[in-house]
Order: sequence, then C-alpha cells, then structure tokens
Amino acid sequence: MSKRRTERLLSIVVLLLSSRRYLTAEQIRTAVSGYPDEQEAFKRMFERDKEELRDLGIPLETGRASQSDDDLGYRISRQDYELPEIHLEPDEVAVLGIASRVWQSAELAGAAAGAALKLRAASRDGDGDGDGATSAPPGIQPKLSTQEPAFGPLWEAVRDRRPVTFDHRTGGRSAVTKRTLEPWGVVNRRGRWYVGGHDRDRDAPRVFRLSRITGPVKLVGPPGSVKVPEGADVREMVKDWDKPRTRDRAAVLRVRTGAGSALHRWGQVTPDAAHPGWDLVSIAYSDPESYAGYLASFGPDVIVIDPPELREAIIRRLKGTLG
Amino acid sequence: MSPQPRMVTSAERLRRLLALVPYVASRKVVGLAETAETFGMSERELIDDLNLAWCVELRAPEPYCPIDLSYEDGEISISQAESIARPLRLAADEASTLLIALRMLAEAGADGDAVARLIAKIEGAAGAAGAVSSQISIQIDRPNARGLTATLDAALAAGKRVHLRYYVEGRDEDTERDVDPMRILVVDGRTYLEGWCRRAEGVRLFRLDKVLKADVLDVPASVPADAEPIDVDAGLFRARPSDELAVLELAPDVHWFAERYPCESITELDDGWLRIALRTPDTAWVRRQVLRLGEDARVVAPAALAAEVHDTAAATLALYD
Repeated sequence: MSKRRTERLLSIVVLLLSSRRYLTAEQIRTAVSGYPDEQEAFKRMFERDKEELRDLGIPLETGRASQSDDDLGYRISRQDYELPEIHLEPDEVAVLGIASRVWQSAELAGAAAGAALKLRAASRDGDGDGDGATSAPPGIQPKLSTQEPAFGPLWEAVRDRRPVTFDHRTGGRSAVTKRTLEPWGVVNRRGRWYVGGHDRDRDAPRVFRLSRITGPVKLVGPPGSVKVPEGADVREMVKDWDKPRTRDRAAVLRVRTGAGSALHRWGQVTPDAAHPGWDLVSIAYSDPESYAGYLASFGPDVIVIDPPELREAIIRRLKGTLG
Repeated sequence: MSPQPRMVTSAERLRRLLALVPYVASRKVVGLAETAETFGMSERELIDDLNLAWCVELRAPEPYCPIDLSYEDGEISISQAESIARPLRLAADEASTLLIALRMLAEAGADGDAVARLIAKIEGAAGAAGAVSSQISIQIDRPNARGLTATLDAALAAGKRVHLRYYVEGRDEDTERDVDPMRILVVDGRTYLEGWCRRAEGVRLFRLDKVLKADVLDVPASVPADAEPIDVDAGLFRARPSDELAVLELAPDVHWFAERYPCESITELDDGWLRIALRTPDTAWVRRQVLRLGEDARVVAPAALAAEVHDTAAATLALYD
C-alpha cells in the first residue's frame, strides 16, 4: 500500500472537482505534491493515476485547457461525480447491512458493501445511527454463492453487452461442444446459475447451466455489440427449460403402515384388508423410471401393485442394484 | 472482534476515503469506534485514513489544506471537506450487486416495506449504473413457503419458541420438536430455519419445504448464549469427525449426484464412471440414494453399507415373486 499514492490521487480528485476550468497535466503537477521532476517519469506516473481514477468510476473529463493553446486539460464535473442526495430510515440501514452480506464471493460482497457505505455517506442528516435509534435487522438472511468460475466473465459480458465463447458439457455426457453466445442475462434458479441468450451456432435462443461450462469464458466482441431483443426474458427461458413434469399417471402402491410417511401424506390411503399392517396408496406420478427410483429408495416398505410399467421399472432397478 | 489487518491497495483506500469523508461530514460528530466498525476497519486504520485526508495540501494557485477535521475523545468531526463532501456515484457493479441482493431479500419474503423503499431509493440514486441488475435475477424455490416464512419470521421477531413437525427424508420419518429460532437463511436457493433444537440440544437447520407444520408457542425462545450460528460461507453441511466415509461409483448418467451433494473427493475412472467419497452422519441416507440410482451406482466402501444395500434390494425384490 502506498500512502503517498493515495494522498496524491485524493489531491487530484479534490483539485479537479473544485476547478471549473480544464487543468493541464502541468497545472496538476504544480498543485499536487508527489510527482517527480523528470518529465518522462512524470508522464508515466500521471497516465497510471488517470487510469486508476477512471477504474474507480471517477468521471474524469478531458477538454481544451484554454482558447489559445491546444493543451489537453482535465476536470471532474461535480454533477457527474456526486451521488444524489438520499435519506435513509433506520430500518433501511438495517436492511442495507443484511443486503451487503448476501454475496459470498469476496469481490461481489466488496462491491455491495462499497455501495452501502456510499449510500450511508450520502444520507444527509445521518441515518438514525447516531441517536441510538437503530432498528433490528430482518431475520431473513439470503446468501448467494458464485462458485462457478464462469460467473465473473459472464457478469462482465452481460454488463458490457459483449458476446462470449465457452466449452459446454451436455448433461451427463463427457463430450464438450464449443458455443458462441450473445448473453441476454444470468438467472439463479433454485440455487443454480444459468445464462441465456442467442446461440450463434444454433441460431436460436439457448440456456446453459454455469456448472456445465468447462474451461475459460472468453469475451469476443466489443462492448455494446450484443442487442438484447425487446421482451427477452431469461427467467422464462430457464423456467421452461426445467419445468416440473405434470403428474399425469396413476399408481397403486402397497405401503407398510408407519413407513413411507411422504407417500402416506401425498397419496390416498386405505388400509389393505387382505394384508394387515399394510395400506393401499393411490398416488400420481410423471415419469416411470425416475419414480421407480424414488420408490426403490423405500426398500421393502413399498410394493408397486399397478401399473405394470412402474412395476417392471422398479424390478429392473432392484436387479440393477444387485448387479 | 476487531477486523483482521490486511493489505489495502491505494485504489481501495481512495475509494474508502471518498466515502469516509462524506460519511463523517454529513453527521456533525460521529464515534470513532462505530465508524471503524461501519467501514470494517480497526480504529488504528481509521485514524491513519483521517490523518491522510487531513494532510492533503494543494500548492497552487495558493497553498491550502482543503480538508479540516479533528478527532478526540473517541469522536470525529469534519469542519471542512470542500469538494469531496459528497460521496462518489455508485459504479455499475456496486449498484447491481446491491440491487440484486435486495431483490433476493424481497423474494425470500423479508419484511417487504423497508426493502421496497430502499430498492426505489437506490434505483433513483444509481440511475444507469443499476441497469445491469435487471438482467440478473434470483429465484428462490419455496413451495408453499410464503406463509410459513412469514410465520417463522414473526416468531423470530417476537422471540417465541416454535413447535415443528419436520420430515427427515434420510430416514423417511416425521419428527416433532420444539425449536428456538435464530434466523432464516436462504442458501443455494433453499430456505432454512436455523434454530436451537431442544430435542437435539444443538443448532440445527430445518429446510422449510420439509416443515409439515409450524406452530408459534406462547413461550419465549431461549437460545443458549454459546449457541454458534452456522458459518454459512464455509458451507452448510460440514462433516464431523464422527461421520462415516462412504465411497461410491457413479455411471455417466448420474454424474449430477456429485454436483448436488458435497463430496470430499471426486475421481474420474477410465470407463466414464466417477468415484466419489462423501462423509455422512447417517448411512441410511446413502443407502436410500444408492437404491434410487439402481445399476448406475455401486457402493465401494464401507463393506457393511454395500452388504446392507444388497440385502435391502434382495428383500424388496423378493416381495415381487
């Protein structure tokens, strides 16, 4: 950490914010301490400082410093710099505290916390924290994890509207295909991240799960080169994609009384007169294979009576377990 | 607990100073300790920052010090902050991360009023910087949980004990227990109640979609002082030393299993199968999962579990003879 550098950058910000005119590099050098005498070293240092200020989001403007010469000058417009005035109530400050701890990645949490601090700093008469009028934070604490390495570059791509390429592994297969996508948005559904957009290779809208993206995501076009179509809704695209199937098939099971509590809860239960200690349960399901798997997990507490397709599926599955 | 000292780049420090100066300037006087806590730094670091701001000197056109401040008796005040008396606008990443977090809070069922007011204020203040947040959205899985979340949130706010009927899927068992609520968590899209379970005498998480019934009792909650909230950032399910290690092999079609549950190790085998190791306090849960996967899963270890799976499958199959 360079204290002198921070001091110099802070001085430049104060100076350029208070000047209405554009100031030349030379004028800045005169006003601010810490620049070297040697011209080339100064130029390099000044370039780095400008870059750093812009990276922080400081709106550094360039213009002609005077009518008479062509020297380029710099200033910061107060209107573009300043966060508009805002007033926060104590309960809003409490919510802000929870919200700035939602992101689990250090970088994104840092950005959210930075925003929260600016907002509290912008709250003109303080925000009720000085007089002890703090409010209890909400009891609900959501957490958002972004462990997938693809998240960072995709966030950038969506923010800057740039196309990307990546390798994608289709569910369950080890084969990988290369995709070029114009991303429209990123969605977290039930804890999983998806990106949706226009797939250039397929020439159609597509959704990809971030955990299935292998290797690096590369940004391949200039900022602003992705046009998000009017009405495009990645939320809907993802919803359609992993829609729960309708339970349109009916099964009859024999379930041991006192076991299979989920089956007893969801099905229609009648005691099985022919088999004391067992109940007959009528229940709806969608896919015989996956439902057979679910029923197999109950072991000898459940027997499928009907239909034959489900009965055969569970017998096949149990035989598979036995090898 | 004081924040850990860490390296701060000059850019980060400048960002912090440009918020710190207006934070103090907009309040007449503010405590040193609470300001340090708000900004997540030690009092020593805070004083260093204040000194740095105070030392800023412009040499032209005439030498002067634009920032004037003082700190004594644990209080800070700034009498002159010149052009940096107001904070810098929100950057796109700042506005978006915060708005997404707030919308997630609203979606999770947090008390809507303060959250909605705050979202509106930030959208107004952020302007275009908040735009990217509309392209990133979070949806939380909460089947029939709206009412339940509200009930538990109310119990939490009122400091009341709750009685839960809770389905333990691993053992296929409905359980009854009294719980003193600590907080409601939303992790990986699922909502949980964290609380002191009086039956287990420990801190436990209850998935809201497995709560069959929740009654708020007219009894004050009493969470023991030494009850440690779960460190969510370190992972919800952490193995205990007493947990058993199960080694399974998974066919290509069921590799998703290794994505869904926390594995201690994952090894790719030559034939496209995966070998995974996971720790579990309850091998009954593993047995159920393996039966579910049929021919797509094999138990490698422990041997007793492999035998148990085999015997269960054989006994079940016998019912179809």
